[in-house]
Amino acid sequence: MEMTRREMLRKSGKFILLTGAAATAFEYVLAGKAEASPNYEITKHWWAMIIDVDKCIGCGNCVRACSEENDVPEGYFRTWIERYHVEGWDNAHPEVDSPNGGFDGFPDNHKGEKSFFIPKLCNHCADSPCTQVCPVGATFTTPDGVVLVDEKYCLGCRYCIQACPYGCRFLNPKKNTADKCTLCYHRITQGLTTACCEACPTSARVLADLKNPKDPVHEFLRTHSVQVLKPHMATGAKVFYKNLDGSVR
Amino acid sequence: MLNLIPGVEGYMYPNEIELQWSLLIVLYPYITGLVAGAFILASLERVFKVEEVKPTYRLALLTALAFMLVAPLPLQLHLGHPERSFEMYLTPHRSSAMAMFGFVYLWYLMIVLLMEIWLDYRKEIVGWAESSTGVRKWIYRILTLGSRNVSPAALRVDDKVGYFVTLVGIPSAFLLHGYVGFIFGSVKANPWWSSPLMPVVFIFSAMVSGIAAVLLLYMLTSKLRKMTIDMRCVDTIARYLLYAFIIDFSLEMLDLVHRIYEADESLRALDFMVHTKLYFSQVILQIFVGTLAPIALLGLTQVWKFAEGARKSIYAAAGLLTLIGIFAMRWNVVIGGQLFSKSFLGFTSYKMEFATREGLLPGVALMVLPFVILWVLVKLLPPWPKTA
Repeated sequence: MEMTRREMLRKSGKFILLTGAAATAFEYVLAGKAEASPNYEITKHWWAMIIDVDKCIGCGNCVRACSEENDVPEGYFRTWIERYHVEGWDNAHPEVDSPNGGFDGFPDNHKGEKSFFIPKLCNHCADSPCTQVCPVGATFTTPDGVVLVDEKYCLGCRYCIQACPYGCRFLNPKKNTADKCTLCYHRITQGLTTACCEACPTSARVLADLKNPKDPVHEFLRTHSVQVLKPHMATGAKVFYKNLDGSVR
Repeated sequence: MLNLIPGVEGYMYPNEIELQWSLLIVLYPYITGLVAGAFILASLERVFKVEEVKPTYRLALLTALAFMLVAPLPLQLHLGHPERSFEMYLTPHRSSAMAMFGFVYLWYLMIVLLMEIWLDYRKEIVGWAESSTGVRKWIYRILTLGSRNVSPAALRVDDKVGYFVTLVGIPSAFLLHGYVGFIFGSVKANPWWSSPLMPVVFIFSAMVSGIAAVLLLYMLTSKLRKMTIDMRCVDTIARYLLYAFIIDFSLEMLDLVHRIYEADESLRALDFMVHTKLYFSQVILQIFVGTLAPIALLGLTQVWKFAEGARKSIYAAAGLLTLIGIFAMRWNVVIGGQLFSKSFLGFTSYKMEFATREGLLPGVALMVLPFVILWVLVKLLPPWPKTA
C-alpha cells in the first residue's frame, strides 16, 4: 500500500500516543460514529449498572459529571440523587428530598432517623415502556441493551415521558425532543466507563456488562441482596441496587 | 422537609415538576369525543331507524366533520417537532398506541365521514352544480367528483353504500374514541390513567358530549333560522342523552368504587389530589354541575310532563352543563394524571399560560375554529330538510 510520509507520520504518531485499540477506533470517534468502530462488538455486550446504596454519600459528583459530560440543561436531570428519611416502621411514607437533583450535595439536616441516599438514572429496561409507546420508534433499545433517543427523529410528543414509571425522561428545552440518560454510550463503546461512575468517589455506582463473563457484576449479583426499582412494573430494569430499602420508590 | 419549589408539595421526581401535556391535550380527546358522539347520533337514524332524530341527521354529520378537521391541530401545536409528524404515517412504530392515531384518523375522516356525507348529498350536489352560478358552481362541480348520474338506480346504490358505510362507521366511531381512551388507559406507570375501563368510559362520555352538542346546535340553528323546533326530535335526543349519561356515570362510579375498595399504593395520593387540587374541576364541575345536575334535569322530563317551552329550556341547560362536565372530565384525566408524582409522595401544579403556543388563547381559537368550519359547511351543504 502506497503511503505518503505525512500519512506515515500521522498514523505512527497516533499509535505511539494511543493504545492499539484506541488508535483504530479514533477515526470513528472523530466521525461521531463510535458504535461503528471495529473494536466495539455491539452484540457482545449487555449493559447494566450496579448501585451500592450503602456507599453513596450524596456528594453530587455524579450529577455534576453527568451534567457536564452530556450538556444537560439546567433544571433537568439524566441522573439525580434522592435522600430518604424513614421514621420508625412507616415504610410507606418516607420523607424524600432532592434539592436541585442533588447537584450541589445535600444540606446537613439529618434528624436522627434512618436516612440514606439513592442515586437514580434511566434503568435501561429490557422491556421498556418508553420504547413501546414511541409512535415513530425514535426511542429504541440498542443491541447492547441501552435505551437511546434519536433526536433527529423524535417528534417531541412526550408519550415516552408519561410512560416512564421512574421519571427519568424530560423534554430537552433546547432541542424540543425527549432526553434521558444514554449510559454515556459515546464513552462505553470506547471502553470507558460512564461519567457518573468515573466521578463517584466511593464506587457506589459501577457500570456492568452482563454479557461479559469476566465482569465482577456476576460475582456481585451472586453474593449480594439486590433489587430493582418498582419491580411490579415488570420493565426488566437493569439498574441493580444493593440493599435497597423497601421505602424507596 | 421544606420544599422551596413553587407549586410543588411533598416530593416530585425532579423531571416531573413540569407538566408535559397541557390544555391542548385536554382539547384533543374533547374534540374527538364530540366527533364520535355526533356520528353515533347520526347513525341512530340511519342504521337504527330512529326516525324522530332525522332532522338532526345531516347537521350531526357536518358537526362531526367540522370537529374532525380540527382534531389533529391541538396535537400538531403541542409537538416539539410538528414538521416530523408525517413520520407517523411513513414509519409507524407498531407497538405504540399513539402511532395508530394517524391511520384511525384517516380511516374515519376519509372512508367514513367524507364518504357518508358525499353519498348523502350527491343528488343535491349534482343539482346545485347545475343551478348555481359563479364560484359556487365550480365548487359543486368539483364536489360531484365527476359523478352526475342521479337516476333512481344510481341513488339506490348510493343509499345502499351509504347504509353500509354508516354500519362500518359505528364501530369506527367507537374505535376512534375508544382508542383515545386506550392511549391513556394503557400507561401502566400512571395509576390515574391505567384502567381497562378507560376506553369504555371515553366512548360513553363521547356519546354524551356529541349528543349534547348536536342537540344544542339543532336548537340554536332552528332559533336563528326562525324555524319551529321539532319537539319529537329533541325529546328523543334528550332521552338518548339521558341513557348514555346514566351508563357513562355508572362506569365512572364503578371505576371510582373499584379504586377505593382496592386501595392500592396510589390511593392515598390520588385521594388527596381529588380533595385538593382537583376538587373544583372533579367534584364540583365534573360530578355535581356536569353530571348529576344534567342527569337530574333530563330525568325530571321523563317523570313529569313539562310544557314545550320549559322542556326546551331544560334541554338547553342540560346540554350546556353536559358539555362543561365532559370538558371537566377530559381536564381531570389529562391534567389530573400529571399533578401527582409517580413516587406518590408529592404534587405539582398546572399553570396555564395565555398567549403561548400551548396557552389559553390558541386553546380558545381551536374551540372556535370548528364552529367557523361548520358555518362554512352549512352554507355550502345546507343540512336542513327540503321542506324547511
